[in-house]
Amino acid sequence: MTTTFAPLPTTASASTSVASTTTESIAFKPTPVQSYLMRIGDTCLIHAQRLAEWSGHAPILEEDIALTNLALDLVGQARALLTHVGQQMGFGEDQLAFLRDERDFANFTIAELPGRRAGQDFANAIVRNFLLAAWMNVVWTKLEASSDAEIAAIAGKAVKESRYHVAHAADWVVRLGDGTDESAKRMRQAVDRLWPYTAELFETDAVDTAAAEAGLGPLRVSLKPEWDAIVAPVFAEAGLAIPAAGAFRSTGSRGVHSEHMGYLLAEMQTLQRSFPGGRW
Amino acid sequence: MSTVTAPAAARSKRVDDAWRVLHGVLDPEVPAISVTDLGIVRDVIEHDDALEVVVTPTYSGCPATEVISQSISDAIVAAGLGPARVTQRRAPAWTTGWITPQGRERLRAYGIAPPGSCASEATGANVSPIRLMARNVDCPRCGSAQAERLSAFGSTACKSLYRCVACREPFEHFKPI
Repeated sequence: MTTTFAPLPTTASASTSVASTTTESIAFKPTPVQSYLMRIGDTCLIHAQRLAEWSGHAPILEEDIALTNLALDLVGQARALLTHVGQQMGFGEDQLAFLRDERDFANFTIAELPGRRAGQDFANAIVRNFLLAAWMNVVWTKLEASSDAEIAAIAGKAVKESRYHVAHAADWVVRLGDGTDESAKRMRQAVDRLWPYTAELFETDAVDTAAAEAGLGPLRVSLKPEWDAIVAPVFAEAGLAIPAAGAFRSTGSRGVHSEHMGYLLAEMQTLQRSFPGGRW
Repeated sequence: MSTVTAPAAARSKRVDDAWRVLHGVLDPEVPAISVTDLGIVRDVIEHDDALEVVVTPTYSGCPATEVISQSISDAIVAAGLGPARVTQRRAPAWTTGWITPQGRERLRAYGIAPPGSCASEATGANVSPIRLMARNVDCPRCGSAQAERLSAFGSTACKSLYRCVACREPFEHFKPI
């Protein structure tokens, strides 16, 4: 395969006519319905980016393969959603993934929290994967009835994949939660760390209301009973207590992200930012 | 409407020939079976300007999707039936239930245990998401039902890894979806 990367400038000479080495961000103002779909698509994308960090680093080879396979499904789902939204906005999927600023990403904060590199252990990855897979499973199920035929079709495929994700993640939650004293302790810590971020998955705002009124998709708050029905029995089997609800609310879906998001995007977007229009 | 179900007499020779060509286009990641065995070719439509081949993706993130589209287009053109264009149809979603009986046999002969019924994948309030033990899969080499799962995921998104307890051979299983 041939690459068409522009060469990096070798000197800082101002007289050379080398193009800027940073691609400009795209500017746009999404409609509420577009924001709604971006929240789901971006959560798939950012979650996949975190899962992919385990490539070559998972505790066992089988899990290395599993986490990256899950990431592959999630990237596929993100591509489908971002392509669909992008068509309405006049952008390609790659522009949306690689040329958006942090504030324009609408993923739930839980997806961007540090993964392997920040020294967090495998329990953290497993708990997040389970909590998000369960949410995705519920939302894809509802989106199969979307008034947007393309979204319903994407959901029809993704919901099947999400069943494997939930089953795989649930296996690990039980295995580690009901494992050794050490694994159980780490799982409890991971649950305590991540649980406050789940509140954002079930809030409702003007974006949800607009999507629900258009028949595009469900209000987030309506997903809670079915999500609980997946999470509660697995936690019970794993011997993990479900933490009490707190007042903390994360705000990634409104574009206000944690301090970790910028680093994630810097890595994820570096190629397109450094090599404007680079393709292979 | 669909030439998949239309009687053969209703199809043009060009469409018939295209189906014959497609029977020989192999899946790049499982080169034992063709794209028609896999059940991903949903329609072949003759337009004034081109022959349209409608395919449905197997997995959302399947990296073979683009290669498959290219292989199909190349094969149609090479057979003198072009120009061809390959389009995607997402709904209804592909299921392993669309793999033909011949395709299943070819998978087995290739050493991949074919997928069982998708019914076991149905969800409902009474279906526990916990399945520490995988489903029963017959060894594609010796036929024993005594197989154990080594890995829920395999070399591609569509497969998992098993080992036969009877003949000790490891093998891949095409997951029902």
